[in-house]
Amino acid sequence: MSIVVDKSGPFTHGSNNVQKTMFTVLAALTPATLFNLWLFGWPAIFLFLVTMLSCVGCEALCMRMRGDSPERALSDGSVLITGWLLALSLPPWAPWWVAAIASIFAVLLAKHAFGGLGQNVFNPAMIGRVVVLVSFPVQMTAFVPSKPLFSAAAPSFAESLHVTFGRGVSLDGISAASQLGFIKTELARGIPVNQSLAHLPSLSELMLGFHPGSMGETAVPLILLGGLFLMWRKIISWHIPVAMLGTLFVLGTIFSTMDPGRHATGMFHLLSGASFLGAFFIATDYVTSPVSKSGQLAFGIGIGLLTWIIRTYAGYPEGVAFAVLLMNALTPILDQHFRPRVFGRTRQGAPLPLKGDK
Amino acid sequence: MKLFPIMGGIHPDYRKELASEKAIVPMPIPATLYLPLQQHMGAPGITTVEPGTEVKKGQVLARGQGLVSAPVHAPTSGRIAAITEMMAPHPSGLPTMTIILDSDGKDEWGDLPAAIADPFAASAQEIRDRVAVSGIVGLGGATFPSAVKLGLGNQHKLEILVLNGAECEPYLCCDDRVMREHADEVVDGARIMAHALGAPQIIIAVEDNKPQAITALTQAASAFTNVTVASVPVQYPMGAERHLTQALTGRETPARKLTADVGVVVHNVATARAVHQAVRFGRPLLSRVVTVSGGAVAEPKNVEVLLGTRVAELLAFCGGLSKDSRRIISGGPMMGQPLPSLDVPVVKGTSGILALTKAETKENATQPCIRCGSCVSYCPCGLVPVEMAAFIRSEKLEEAAKIGVQDCVSCGSCSYICPSHIPLVHYFNYAKGRIAALDRERRKADQTKALVSAHNARLERAAQAKREAAARAKAQSENPDAGRVNA
Repeated sequence: MSIVVDKSGPFTHGSNNVQKTMFTVLAALTPATLFNLWLFGWPAIFLFLVTMLSCVGCEALCMRMRGDSPERALSDGSVLITGWLLALSLPPWAPWWVAAIASIFAVLLAKHAFGGLGQNVFNPAMIGRVVVLVSFPVQMTAFVPSKPLFSAAAPSFAESLHVTFGRGVSLDGISAASQLGFIKTELARGIPVNQSLAHLPSLSELMLGFHPGSMGETAVPLILLGGLFLMWRKIISWHIPVAMLGTLFVLGTIFSTMDPGRHATGMFHLLSGASFLGAFFIATDYVTSPVSKSGQLAFGIGIGLLTWIIRTYAGYPEGVAFAVLLMNALTPILDQHFRPRVFGRTRQGAPLPLKGDK
Repeated sequence: MKLFPIMGGIHPDYRKELASEKAIVPMPIPATLYLPLQQHMGAPGITTVEPGTEVKKGQVLARGQGLVSAPVHAPTSGRIAAITEMMAPHPSGLPTMTIILDSDGKDEWGDLPAAIADPFAASAQEIRDRVAVSGIVGLGGATFPSAVKLGLGNQHKLEILVLNGAECEPYLCCDDRVMREHADEVVDGARIMAHALGAPQIIIAVEDNKPQAITALTQAASAFTNVTVASVPVQYPMGAERHLTQALTGRETPARKLTADVGVVVHNVATARAVHQAVRFGRPLLSRVVTVSGGAVAEPKNVEVLLGTRVAELLAFCGGLSKDSRRIISGGPMMGQPLPSLDVPVVKGTSGILALTKAETKENATQPCIRCGSCVSYCPCGLVPVEMAAFIRSEKLEEAAKIGVQDCVSCGSCSYICPSHIPLVHYFNYAKGRIAALDRERRKADQTKALVSAHNARLERAAQAKREAAARAKAQSENPDAGRVNA
């Protein structure tokens, strides 16, 4: 029998905890990831492992530097999500050192320099991706068409080792641009979007994922499935994904209707690039998104808008990572401006007027 | 009945089945009772007995003092052994003045006030006076003197008396049992209270996980057209006064106002039963029904306990504690308070005594906040707990107050749902206490300043008067005739 008086109630608790939350997210990512690893074969598997190991290594190092036990680095599971999402955002045949550098920036700079779990302003995985995208544009835009594991076109295990860990494998012969990259280059050559779109796989093929791109940019149905699973488990709410995808779709539809030669369609915007992965798994990152539902709506709309602007007018064909980071920077401000209305008070914070009061 | 949605809230693991089917059993009279003078909100009672006094059951031991207070009565006959400081049934474990009564085992009634034959012919004041002298306080746990709350009809135009039988706290089922077993007394008490309040309509609100209570009350209320039994959805904290009012009427009580300002007064069902007994039979509040439950209690029960019974004896009556008891709570697990010892007494506000195991408390080490926003989504008051906690952690109490920490009702939904197991309510209770203390200090400083400046002004006036007198005297000595003319 012990008498413990150390804190206020409640003296019971829901069954949720940080680990459960994080591992539910990983479970939701698993189907899409497995599909993509199969789609892009051994090099993708190697790259995935390299990214995960580098991220975990960096986390353990930081934990040790702050005098915490490195075993705890893995226990909350947050670094696994960072590594996982980072791997999904890299071209599957990128060399190992791109992944390692991205991991170092993601975990050391974006996460632990700010104070570790819960303290970072920017999404660590997206910082990692953007750093290598800006620094190594050649490696980061060399996409290969899918060569499913065990298919005739797939590289052997030894060849794959060479792709990931070897020096200077030339992808010139086999590399291709992503769809977003393709229409951007074609547009620069003066070919209207509606014509270049005709050379791309159909929307249904886009959806199924058999096209060049980063790992997480393919397999839309499986990403969606994972996202719906997270909503069902109440890990995320609909606000950010719906606001972001809705904005992207509406802008795409309106502008492509007005000028089909200049603008891609709304559906194309939704199904290409990292729209779905971004909407369900990246923009919804707890730490870097607003805490209130209204704030999350504004945040999602902002990401949709910025993604569309970057894709349409900026130098980069894909804009989700930049859009997420830009909106991350606004999160503290959104948190201040979008608070729920307090019970018994007006939006401005004054007590509600009584009937008969003026 | 049309209901209105309330925001936020949680669905905790209720575990009411541990005790809900156990009928109320009276506990044998303990050899010694410990009666704190303060078992209610407001000023403590003033003793009217001396050590050695022989007292009868129902005799006043301490009378209330001031506007907000309540008397304490002898729960059984016996002899006052001592009046001394004892540990309070409060987490602080601080001493509180307590009357110790040795029972003589005869349980002889003393003289009681006469029953009010027809309460509905009696004046509101008469009812209130009876409730006041009977020592009745809010038995839901708030322990606000009921007579004061029944006086709200004086300043407010009241439309509805809401009887709170929501009992949204997990484990607790004392109200459930009272409603099932004494529905007629509850309804009668409610009608008397509504009469005292001048409220034409009565709604008895019960969460829909208590179907037997709803059936019993509906039956008991069928004869009275102004009494409605409302089945409200199970949603913690439905039993919070303002939230229940909103769910039943759609009226949102403005911040810093009372529900009476929107025409509603809320009383607990057990309070209504106590009012029935005080008015119909002249019996003061001597006992209450307590749910003794939790995984570490051998035989969970609903017990009619004499006030002043030691918790240890009550637990022994329920088969004692098992070894894996982790926390002893007075009240429910959400808003109840940890007890500092088993040697404290059951008091008027003790709705439950829970002994929880580690598996039930689900305690876990606190982890960093991951800003998941659950606390924001589930807060029934529309607050942003994550932000308030961040301010409080860095002692920015004014910032926390600005975003509403004082509007927090400490329901615990945020702490319950937090995946990082951050004791958010603990932060908020700390902040509320500190802010109140700072306010008191500021008021005191202001008062001192006012006194000092008044003192200085007085001195200044005296000096001025002296100067004027001197000037007059001087003028008179220079021109003696002038004074005479004026005179």
